[in-house]
Amino acid sequence: MSDNVFVGAGQWLTDSAHWSGTDGVPARLLEHLGYTVLTVVIAAAIALPLGLWIGHTGRLRGLAVALTGSLRALPTLGLLTLVVLWVGIGLTGPILALVVLSVPPLLAGAYAGLESVDRHTIDAARGLGFTEWQVLTRVEIPLALPLIVGGFRSAVLQVVSTATVAAYIGLGGLGTYLIEGVQIRDYPMTLAGSLVVVVLALVLDAGFALAQRSAARS
Amino acid sequence: MSWLDANLGRIGDLALTHLWLSVLPVVLGLLVAVPVGWWAQRHPRLGGVLLGSGSILYTLPSLPLLTIIPVILGTSILDPLNVVVVLSLYAVALLLRTAADAFAQLPREVVDAADATGHSTWQRALRVELPLAGPVLLAGVRVVSVSTVSLVTVGALIGVSNLGSLFTEGFQRNYTFEIVTGLVAVVLLALLLDGLWVLLGRLLLPWARTERSAA
Repeated sequence: MSDNVFVGAGQWLTDSAHWSGTDGVPARLLEHLGYTVLTVVIAAAIALPLGLWIGHTGRLRGLAVALTGSLRALPTLGLLTLVVLWVGIGLTGPILALVVLSVPPLLAGAYAGLESVDRHTIDAARGLGFTEWQVLTRVEIPLALPLIVGGFRSAVLQVVSTATVAAYIGLGGLGTYLIEGVQIRDYPMTLAGSLVVVVLALVLDAGFALAQRSAARS
Repeated sequence: MSWLDANLGRIGDLALTHLWLSVLPVVLGLLVAVPVGWWAQRHPRLGGVLLGSGSILYTLPSLPLLTIIPVILGTSILDPLNVVVVLSLYAVALLLRTAADAFAQLPREVVDAADATGHSTWQRALRVELPLAGPVLLAGVRVVSVSTVSLVTVGALIGVSNLGSLFTEGFQRNYTFEIVTGLVAVVLLALLLDGLWVLLGRLLLPWARTERSAA
């Protein structure tokens, strides 16, 4: 039985019919990546300035820690379904929920990154006559870069994973194969979709691992 | 509110199932991660590979994993066992790192003193290293416990009943109150379980608290 599902998933993935059109793997993959990029860009526009400000000034740090911690307890499926009932079917609701979920890792990466910078280095920069803005942009951010990139890594993987769940509320993307497959008991399609998502997550994670390493070296 | 009155019993049942689906993975994860983490920090090279594969495991998205595991195990996709296995894998992945760090940060003198007083490796591990690593392990367990309670809800998408079923039902019936009830119940369950871990920590690690109040 289980072997059949594997064989079925293999056949599903090698069937050229599943690689074209709006329900084909490339289209769904692009959709999935599109949502991920859109979400992370919006979340970064909120979280990065805030996180850098918290890290630079040391203010509101306790609030940021509590916020990132308590959001972990919030079930993503509950948030997604709730937002859709509030905002209505469409792109806004799911994207809003995904943004809420990807703010905490980005925020944590930014403020933890700045905190990891040696105080003496910052004081030395001030002693050399750097303005606060120069301290931030020329000393703190470059030194904090590996942790900031790490925040992006967590956020992107979180969104890729949650966007799969969001197919349930009609977001589309690669999760569609999983949700539809379970509903119509087409388990080979479910498995094929799952394998594509897993490969996507692994490739993105490896990419970010490399980016983090080069950020640490420069 | 009448919906709440009529469904209180069912919510209780779902909460109980949810509790089991959350506790089991954390306990199993701890039972695997502690010995393996202890071994990993004593054998840095192979241990590093092990810790690395743990963090890769953690990057795998939950819903896909929930549909892949039944195919590997040969279980029905509706089997709650799949949820337990997937969440145990995540728990191991997270706690492995915690356990290795917890054992690695023990003061060298204490470990050496245990050797000098004639403890065998096993006695040292169980009577000296494990109790001293306890507080760090407990902190790791609390983090994993909270995220596990939240992740169980994803199981509702593949038909495994738990408090997450209130999300899918509420969504299908367009009934916001049911979803909010589910959210509140899940957060309360996470807090309750966290309280139990803290309590267990006080019973098993009474010295951890005195240490902190002395500091």
